[in-house]
Amino acid sequence: MSSNLSIEVMSEQYFDVLKEIGNIGAGNATTALAQLLQCKVDMKVPQVRLLEFSEVGALLGGEEQVMAGVYLAVEGDITGSIMFLVKEEIAMHLVKKLMGDFCGETMGEMEISALKEISNIITGAYLNALSGLTGLKILPSVPDLTIDMAGAILSVPAIEFGRLGDKLLLIQSQISDEIDIDGFFIMVPDMESYEKILTSLGLTV
Amino acid sequence: MEVKVGMADMKVCSGSDSIITLGLGSCVGVILYDPTAKVCGMLHAMLPDSTAVRNHTNPVKFVDTGIDELYKAVVAKGANPRRLIAKVAGGAEMFSNTARSSISKVGSRNVEAVHAKLKTMGIPIKAEDTGSNYGRTVIFYPANGEYHIKRIGKEVFII
Repeated sequence: MSSNLSIEVMSEQYFDVLKEIGNIGAGNATTALAQLLQCKVDMKVPQVRLLEFSEVGALLGGEEQVMAGVYLAVEGDITGSIMFLVKEEIAMHLVKKLMGDFCGETMGEMEISALKEISNIITGAYLNALSGLTGLKILPSVPDLTIDMAGAILSVPAIEFGRLGDKLLLIQSQISDEIDIDGFFIMVPDMESYEKILTSLGLTV
Repeated sequence: MEVKVGMADMKVCSGSDSIITLGLGSCVGVILYDPTAKVCGMLHAMLPDSTAVRNHTNPVKFVDTGIDELYKAVVAKGANPRRLIAKVAGGAEMFSNTARSSISKVGSRNVEAVHAKLKTMGIPIKAEDTGSNYGRTVIFYPANGEYHIKRIGKEVFII
């Protein structure tokens, strides 16, 4: 492992990789969501952003914006973590779509469970994209979900990135059924895993 | 005026101003305060230990080096080192499934690092609201020394 790797150095190549994963992942997620929700779902080209920690809150609608965040660890050929974030009202919209008349007005136990299922499908779609592209085996852990302030949820991936640099890489994907579903996807591979991902794609580290 | 402190950031204020950080999660919000001079500073640190990480160009990202910077800044702003007290908030574990990851228990490790650092500096911790699993927006008022803690769906809590 090289001694002077940082997110700034890694970012250019990794950026392109993430874009491709973002594209394929969003495509997979769109198809999976359409099947799950039994409706037509469209997608826009996802944006990959490298942001200063201080800029992240603003992109998500402020640090106090209430969001649903799903966190899962990955193991296998690479290790690290994955996070998916969506605004609370959009999370509720997705849950209502899935549960129909069984859905309550607030996030209860059933609604949380439904949201976990939806998040599983979305994160799975991205992980499949990464796995397919690199040929690496990637095993996700059981997801954990929380509903809280964007800043607080983001502190988790930010701290993981914080060991590497002062910026955070995220994929902003936009899919829509009747409303725009703005989802934010953050992947934090461990340093060794960055190298593995790039090497597996024939890129030099 | 309200002074805003971002993630991995540190600022000072005094008198009738206030100092705020929004959506504190596993990070810690450390206040150093001189109640007589009404001078305070806030550190929003992300990681406990600068020596455990190679990339440490930003000293206020870490509890250990961040508190040193905070101390220098409040003293430069007119605080008397002998009168300094501390208040601490944050250090939540936002997710329960991080056990095997690099950030396992990072919230509590941040809080422990604050305790250890302040102990070596001889600065007493007057109040603390740390741990648990929820985010906090924190505002400190140097005029009266109140540290206001807001969380989703709950009343403001003052320490």
